Amino acid sequence: MNTHTLTLLTIVAETLLKDRLIHEIRQAGANGFTLTEVSGEGSRQRRVSEILGDNIKIEIITKPETADKILTVLQQDFFSRYAVVGYLSEVQVVREDKYT
Amino acid sequence: MTLLQMFQSNICSPMVLAFAFGVVCRLIKSEMAIPRDLYTSLSIYLLFALGLKGGVELSHSQWQELLLPAVVTITLGCITPISSFLTLRYLGRFSIADAAGIAAHYGSVSAVTFIAAEKFVFANLGEKSVAPFMPTLLTLLEIPGIQIALAIGVLGLAKSKRVKDQAAGSPLHDASSPSLGAVWHELLTARSMVLLVGGMVIGVIIGYEGYAPVKPFFDKGEWMFKGALTLFLLEMGLVAGSRLSDLKHTGAFLIAFGIAAPIVHGAVGVYLGSLAGLDAGSCTVLGTMAASASYIAAPPAVRMTLPEANPTFYLTAALAITFPFNLLVGIPLYFRMALAITGLETP
Repeated sequence: MNTHTLTLLTIVAETLLKDRLIHEIRQAGANGFTLTEVSGEGSRQRRVSEILGDNIKIEIITKPETADKILTVLQQDFFSRYAVVGYLSEVQVVREDKYT
Repeated sequence: MTLLQMFQSNICSPMVLAFAFGVVCRLIKSEMAIPRDLYTSLSIYLLFALGLKGGVELSHSQWQELLLPAVVTITLGCITPISSFLTLRYLGRFSIADAAGIAAHYGSVSAVTFIAAEKFVFANLGEKSVAPFMPTLLTLLEIPGIQIALAIGVLGLAKSKRVKDQAAGSPLHDASSPSLGAVWHELLTARSMVLLVGGMVIGVIIGYEGYAPVKPFFDKGEWMFKGALTLFLLEMGLVAGSRLSDLKHTGAFLIAFGIAAPIVHGAVGVYLGSLAGLDAGSCTVLGTMAASASYIAAPPAVRMTLPEANPTFYLTAALAITFPFNLLVGIPLYFRMALAITGLETP
């Protein structure tokens, strides 16, 4: 099958940031995303999920430039202050125009 | 009844015992847990029921009666976050963010502590012993304390950053914080606020007549409400129990603060309540409101606006120290103060 290479940006963040992250993702020009509720532990202190909620995972398949734009915003405004991680990987898709 | 007898009867109430049971479950490392969705459902039910009943009572109240107590309540909402911040920052040597984060919790109010105080007064002075508009005051006290503490924190951090940046000669870098509008939106649309205000508006519209059919389900005097509250306190016990190990990290000062602040704020609340002409029962509830620390509305607001503040500090202080203190000792104490100040005989 004829596939195209795009970037998958995965963000795992505290639930509280949901609206702000979605706003940034839309702002950067991504077409869509998938959001799931997840749980886990990280390098920061133990999370207080009973009161503040668990984590969310947002997956965005998009052009490398758009993923880079979102990651830059995360780097500037979120990484140092909140519990957030973000990472990139390459994925093969059909119907490239659906994502870009 | 002596103060000691009062403590004893309070400790043997199902609510307090359920809370203690929750703590024990955590201490013995039982796997017992209340599903998060049930916890959310219970808190929605309790807050909505509280607002609804408050609204129904409000529809039959005189607005003039409410004016002075409302002024006093907002005054309390301004005093408690500032006194908390100053104590934590200058006596406790906490960072600006931590001091402001904790102060936001102590400036706001815990609805469950409010309900517990009402229950205690009802048990000692009878069902009509608390002014019907108290839930309105609860709503008024919810927000100003959080806003004032957050403002102190955000402004304080901006100032110290400016000083640092100037010293380093670097240009101002504006780290993106949520806008003021976003913070207001977060507070005004927070679950606790929406449920209390929404319930209250519905209550005012339906009045006693419209309330009658849903009364068995929602009323504070009915079995359903009491049962739900007991279950909610079991969950609070579980949460508080799981935070007990964090007491090691919070330091002795915060533990002392978690006990001393409610006593001082409670006394001020009782005193101001009596100045506003409230009776002993209502003074007790107002004192408890001033003494309590929020753990539903404040944590997300603080996490959002002041992420630099360590959640271990504010959640442990509010949940593992001040909440149980008020439940066990504080409420009977404020009741005693209220009896003394209003000159009511001990029942």
